Amino acid sequence: MSESTGAAAAVSEPPRLKISDEIAIEMVGVNKWYGDFHVLKDIDLTVKRGERIVICGPSGSGKSTMIRCINRLEEHQRGNIVVDGIELTDDLKRIDEIRREVGMVFQHFNLFPHLTILENCTLAPIWVRKMPKKEAEDIAMHYLERVKIPEQALKYPGQLSGGQQQRVAIARSLCMNPRIMLFDEPTSALDPEMIKEVLDVMVGLAEEGMTMLCVTHEMGFARQVANRVIFMDYGQIIEQNEPELFFDNPQHDRTKLFLSQILH
Amino acid sequence: MTMTHADESTSEAYVRDRMVEDAAPPSSSVGAIGWMRANLFSSIPNTILTLLGIYIVYLVVPPLIEFTLVNAVWEGEDRTACAQAHGACWPYVEAYFWTFIYGRYPDPERWRVNLTFFLFAIGLVPLLVPQMPFKREGLIYMLAFFPVAALILLTGGDFTYAGFFLPMPEGELRFWIEFLLVAAAVTGGIYLLTREAGGNAKGTALSILAGFGVLAALFFVASIDFGLVEVETPLWGGLLVTLVIAVTGIAASLPIGIALALGRRSNLPIVRLISVIFIEFWRGVPLITVLFMSSVMLPLFLPEGITFDKLLRALIGVALFASAYMAEVVRGGLQAIGKGQYEGAMALGLRYWQMMSKIILPQALTLVIPGIVNTFIGLFKDTTLVLIIGLFDLLGIIQSSYTDPNWASPTQSHTGYLVAALIFWVFCFSMSRYSIYMERRLDTGHKR
Ligand SMILES: Nc1ncnc2c1ncn2[C@@H]1O[C@H](COP(=O)(O)OP(=O)(O)OP(=O)(O)O)[C@@H](O)[C@H]1O
Ligand SMILES: [Mg+2]
Repeated sequence: MSESTGAAAAVSEPPRLKISDEIAIEMVGVNKWYGDFHVLKDIDLTVKRGERIVICGPSGSGKSTMIRCINRLEEHQRGNIVVDGIELTDDLKRIDEIRREVGMVFQHFNLFPHLTILENCTLAPIWVRKMPKKEAEDIAMHYLERVKIPEQALKYPGQLSGGQQQRVAIARSLCMNPRIMLFDEPTSALDPEMIKEVLDVMVGLAEEGMTMLCVTHEMGFARQVANRVIFMDYGQIIEQNEPELFFDNPQHDRTKLFLSQILH
Repeated sequence: MTMTHADESTSEAYVRDRMVEDAAPPSSSVGAIGWMRANLFSSIPNTILTLLGIYIVYLVVPPLIEFTLVNAVWEGEDRTACAQAHGACWPYVEAYFWTFIYGRYPDPERWRVNLTFFLFAIGLVPLLVPQMPFKREGLIYMLAFFPVAALILLTGGDFTYAGFFLPMPEGELRFWIEFLLVAAAVTGGIYLLTREAGGNAKGTALSILAGFGVLAALFFVASIDFGLVEVETPLWGGLLVTLVIAVTGIAASLPIGIALALGRRSNLPIVRLISVIFIEFWRGVPLITVLFMSSVMLPLFLPEGITFDKLLRALIGVALFASAYMAEVVRGGLQAIGKGQYEGAMALGLRYWQMMSKIILPQALTLVIPGIVNTFIGLFKDTTLVLIIGLFDLLGIIQSSYTDPNWASPTQSHTGYLVAALIFWVFCFSMSRYSIYMERRLDTGHKR
């Protein structure tokens, strides 16, 4: 597996393309294949800073793959992705830099079960941002309070409910002070009564102006916070629009079909 | 459900007006009888098994007690005491006890072995007891100070180096020039290799260089004259040799095994290939063959006049052999860690080694503690095989004492083997119990 050290990162900063400070993420003609299977087809997407985008679409349509390309959990094979002014290439330094600025929340939380909640939150600040332990803990407690579970700080993830775990996962990402947050179906592994507590945290984030890309089928959430809703199918962006227009007046047949299925 | 039911249930509407307070959990066992009924005689098959167990205990324990205590000989100066014995010959064990521990290590120098044991114990305890502070210091002590101290204490230090291959007069100078050449060649080679593979060449080369630096320091310290009498390794024996081989093997096999396991799962094809070849080679040959090869074949390949200490060769053989097994145990643990853990770590911006050392390995190693300790125990017992290349470990020294006509008696060998079994069992059982304790301690209740 690839590796690189901290000393090297400081030497040559990856060049920041001067597109515009307004643009957080720019994907141009992105294509990806799994073997012969063409998962992403000519994806073009520009996300402005502070924009909140909800991505929906049928299972297997490539939503996860698309947002995972943004922080290089998946590699794209053709096209360009520029995140925060840094173009994603094989260069490990750039990947590291982008991952530091982009937080991600997963469907299954992916908390580290052998560490306490507090340690989960302080690990990356201490090791990636080289922050003193005390400071990292203060920041972690601050964000744990924000997601309303400071009292769980010394427990282990296995001792928390799903909703609590997901809120910890959000706090853990926030501790890195990211400029962009990616959410991949953050509520779909949760029981209904826990969904709201997680969505509330996300709404709060949105209100503070965080740039967010969120794969979700929570249409209420989409209406409430999204600037734009994107519908994907067959690895392509089929339709995108403001939430009101998207939900009330979908244009494409597939969108109509999809909406009729999830809205009953 | 019928209508009447539904009607009844509505007519029995109920609203709680007082909350039930928390109560203490019920005690699970009710006295000895209750425990026995629940655990030994809960069903007919269980009862049969219990009775069978009692019968086996009856078969084994009384004869053992008879042999070791009732019929045993307790006093005596030589074989005449035990000549007619039907039980253990304890005077023989008493006469030979210190030989079992030290082998032929010269009497006046045995304090050095004792000091080594002591230094080991005070280093080990803080590492094994989780509540003790100074973990980091303890680790540095055990990995840096203790090995050097043990080497010098046990051998006497004051090594002289002649060098190996350069066409110049033998001596320290030749040795050190050769050392520098080898260090430069290895570091350069690995630098080029990692650069080719797209890894972090500079960092890797630096850490290899640091390794050579440590090695150089070790060689240098070992060459200092501390005024200790030299004790050659053929004089070592007994429990001392067993522990030296086992501890070295254990200490070396875990890190090498982890490195090999990571290498085998690496994305770099060369690293993967080297790891696979190494692991499969050492797993594919029996330890006896490794030991034979090290003592018979290796000298054939070495230049004339160069001898490699026999114990050192056995140490290297055992360590590499155990590493291959350890690598597969660790790989099993790595495989059990889900993709989500890697992704969680990567998404936070952790680098490969950070991810491995903070997230993946702690979980993987915890999962395979039973397998790791299993390998340790196997290694500990396999040390007895060094007998075949003429090293006298605990079992070897006990066996060699049977040739002493002073103590020849019908039960001498039984007694000796019993002592060997007991000592081995104590060590292995302690490892086993400790591993169970650690497993419980490290369990954070995350099993889903
Ligand atoms: N590692 C992989 N190898 C091969 N095919 C894959 C891999 N990962 C995903 N796929 C395929 O790529 C397609 C897109 O997957 P993706 O996870 O992006 O879908 P999705 O839109 O997120 O679906 P869901 O709503 O079920 O999460 C699917 O058909 C899936 O089977
Ligand atoms: Mg998905």
